Amino acid sequence: MKTIVGLEIHVQLATATKLFCGCSTDYRDDEPNTHCCPVCLGLPGALPRMNRKAVEYGLRVAKALDMKVPEESEFARKNYFYPDLPKAYQITQYDKPLAVEGTVEIEDDEGHEKIVRITRVHLEEDPGRLVHVAGAAKYSLVDYNRSGIPLLEIVTEPDMRSPQEARRFLNKLRTILEYLGVFDGDREGSLRVDANISLEGSQRVEVKNISSYKGVEKALTFEVTRQKNLLRRGQKVTRETRHFMEGRGITTSARGKEEEHDYRYFPEPDLRPLRVAGWVAEIDLPELPVARKNRFTAQYGISLNHARTLTGDLKLADFYEEVAHVDPALAATWVADTLLGELNYRDMSIAAVPADRFMELLALLRADTITDKAGVQVLREMLDACAAGSPCEKPADIVKREGLGKAAGDEFSGIVEKVVAANPQAVEDYRAGKKGALNFIVGQVMKETRGRADPRELGRIVSECIDTSGV
Amino acid sequence: MAGSLDFTPDDRCNAFITTCREAPFSDGALAGVAVAVKDNISTAGIQTTCGSRILEGYIPPYDAHVVELLRKEGAAIVGKTNMDEFGMGTTTETSAFGPTRNPADPSRVPGGSSGGSAAAVAAGLVPMALGTDTGGSIRCPAAFCGIVGLKPTYGRVSRYGLIAYANSLEQIGPMARTVEDVSRLMSAIARYDPRDSTMLDKPYDHRPSADIAGLRVGVPEEYFGEGVDPRVAETVRNAIGVLEDLGATTVPVSIPGMRYALAAYYVICTSEASSNLARFDGVRYGPAVDTRKSWHEAYQDLRLELFGPEVRRRIMLGTFALSAGYAGRYYAKAQVARRNIRQDFERAFREVDIIAGPTMPTVAFRLGEKTDPLSMYLSDILTVPANLAGIPAISVPCGRVDGLPVGLQLMGREFEDERVVDAAYAYEQGVKA
Repeated sequence: MKTIVGLEIHVQLATATKLFCGCSTDYRDDEPNTHCCPVCLGLPGALPRMNRKAVEYGLRVAKALDMKVPEESEFARKNYFYPDLPKAYQITQYDKPLAVEGTVEIEDDEGHEKIVRITRVHLEEDPGRLVHVAGAAKYSLVDYNRSGIPLLEIVTEPDMRSPQEARRFLNKLRTILEYLGVFDGDREGSLRVDANISLEGSQRVEVKNISSYKGVEKALTFEVTRQKNLLRRGQKVTRETRHFMEGRGITTSARGKEEEHDYRYFPEPDLRPLRVAGWVAEIDLPELPVARKNRFTAQYGISLNHARTLTGDLKLADFYEEVAHVDPALAATWVADTLLGELNYRDMSIAAVPADRFMELLALLRADTITDKAGVQVLREMLDACAAGSPCEKPADIVKREGLGKAAGDEFSGIVEKVVAANPQAVEDYRAGKKGALNFIVGQVMKETRGRADPRELGRIVSECIDTSGV
Repeated sequence: MAGSLDFTPDDRCNAFITTCREAPFSDGALAGVAVAVKDNISTAGIQTTCGSRILEGYIPPYDAHVVELLRKEGAAIVGKTNMDEFGMGTTTETSAFGPTRNPADPSRVPGGSSGGSAAAVAAGLVPMALGTDTGGSIRCPAAFCGIVGLKPTYGRVSRYGLIAYANSLEQIGPMARTVEDVSRLMSAIARYDPRDSTMLDKPYDHRPSADIAGLRVGVPEEYFGEGVDPRVAETVRNAIGVLEDLGATTVPVSIPGMRYALAAYYVICTSEASSNLARFDGVRYGPAVDTRKSWHEAYQDLRLELFGPEVRRRIMLGTFALSAGYAGRYYAKAQVARRNIRQDFERAFREVDIIAGPTMPTVAFRLGEKTDPLSMYLSDILTVPANLAGIPAISVPCGRVDGLPVGLQLMGREFEDERVVDAAYAYEQGVKA
């Protein structure tokens, strides 16, 4: 049974002001209802005024997704009652969207490249937000700081064949949006998804308002199982809207078809149609992920895998380019493998890592002052400090304080002699030609030196010791 | 010479909903002139109700653009005038604050929906007032009360701060006893406002001229047809004769799309109204909602109780006209009819500079006379076309029938408000001489 997935993604555009008024969009950490004016409060008599920047951002996305921008697009009113919707209608684009017919390339489940078609993108305003008071209060509060935040809705064709593909698509899309500078992925609720899913030949179910990438994959996986089970038992999948309960990882029925809204769309009389197709030619797109990946392999001589990982996130790619000055190859390994692993483990963002300190660490590694192992230890100390919000110590100071500097060979001769003397059996085996025996002794020495020694050098010293000791 | 007006009018005709006892004013072209403002135009700090109980006690935190301009020019905002609830009516009887009476005959209605503004001017309480015109709401009461009222070109006066009834049709406009005063008030309020996206930057800055020699005046047969009181028609024909005496030539023209004007108008204005009035749900303004009920039920109860019957009728009509399955049959068809009328006018204006006819088919009705909504809607037949076409139109007093005022309506090309004002001024001066 083929799985068919299509997505509708609401992206908060990172403009400085709201879609139809001059109120600031940066209300994080501010009191409720402090970023409001007659327009975004929907006060009687207030009129919307188009934010040019939001249109430009929308067109930037359209161009990056290779879309067609019609000569004229138009705003419409979507009428419905809800306490967080101050005008009782949302200004959105309906039958004349900003742009149509685009593409995004992703990897399918077999690792081949595939195209996901984009149906349309359009601009619309966000409503306010209901705040449900804890306890048994019989009322809810409304916060209009979010009212009028510009959203770009991106609608795909049902081209994805698994929950995993859907997640890969979202990651790809998010990366493109970040590269375009139209989106701040760190902002809460900056990307919200409605997912349509069906099994071939069966009814379609819409899961509404999922606010994380992981959530999309989880909700869809749950739906595949639920719908398959229904069909297996001979029941039918009903066409409906469902909610995703993030905490429990399940979806629940929200409303049946009989309750479906009639939004009574009609053209918004207070805004003129947009005639912006001519702007597209003047939009300069920044370097997009695919181009940057190709440049990384060519310019820095790093592997395709490393390049793909490093360009999969704008901030990571920028970070890499900053620290690559020290040594591109060394930096690629240390950023893509070591650092990323450590960050994921700590659930930390690359933005928290001070590039200058990281470059100092790379320099120590490059100069062979510390071993890889000691380097990891230094990095962990640095990240722990950053995570705790303390100033990040210089790597050289950490090395000094912890005594992690790579020691000269003769510093270890005593220890080596001791270990060799303590393991006659291993020495015997080594002499008998067992390579593993040497590694065992080296390992013992490493343990004694707390990783400060270079294992390769140590191997040489140990074999020399055995050869000359004549034990 | 800034100061403050003490405004305590002898308001026998119930022209005002709210009056400002102490009305401050500053220097400017209208320094110290008392101006009354229709109660659907937002005034910071002054209650603004739209003639509805649902907005009783609502004090806007901001001024409409036209009010900002009036204050800047030194006018004293002395009060908010009575109106049909949300502008829906032709008599000012649907106001939740009681009907206004016509100063020319207190047993008669002043017309609507700017009846309060017209009555305030006609009764001599203020020299000038602002009204709004969605389907004739400035021109009808001007005609019934015997004053001058101008509906400007759509997009010439900012609607920012006007509590919307039907956005694509309505305009704020000046009302006064003389054409000259109408022109003065128009000069104050017609200034570009980037907050209204439907506005064009064409400020009105004009002193009326009575020289209309060579003006070509179109007289559409449809404006003198069925339903028009023959004595009103005759009075208006005589007035057009005065224009000819002043050097104008008359040309018969036709607006065939008139047949569908009323139907198109009522579909469009009720559709937009159903959307515009949905925000009055008790969450932000109006009396508190009963929180023991679900929000759906609470909205329903409040809107049923606080909207008058005419407003509810129009909301229901508009909701129906926009509903899935009907929008194509009604809303889309109405837009086609609207385009046709617009083209009719464009065609006519290739032949003539001005179109003249009666403002209203009859003189003012008696209070309580119109009980059937449909017959009331029919009386808008001569004013509605100008709103559908977005063109400027003025009503100027042109005589009496049964002792009641009759209005001459003059319509012009888009953004030729000046020419319309000049023609009215010429007539006014010509009659005086």
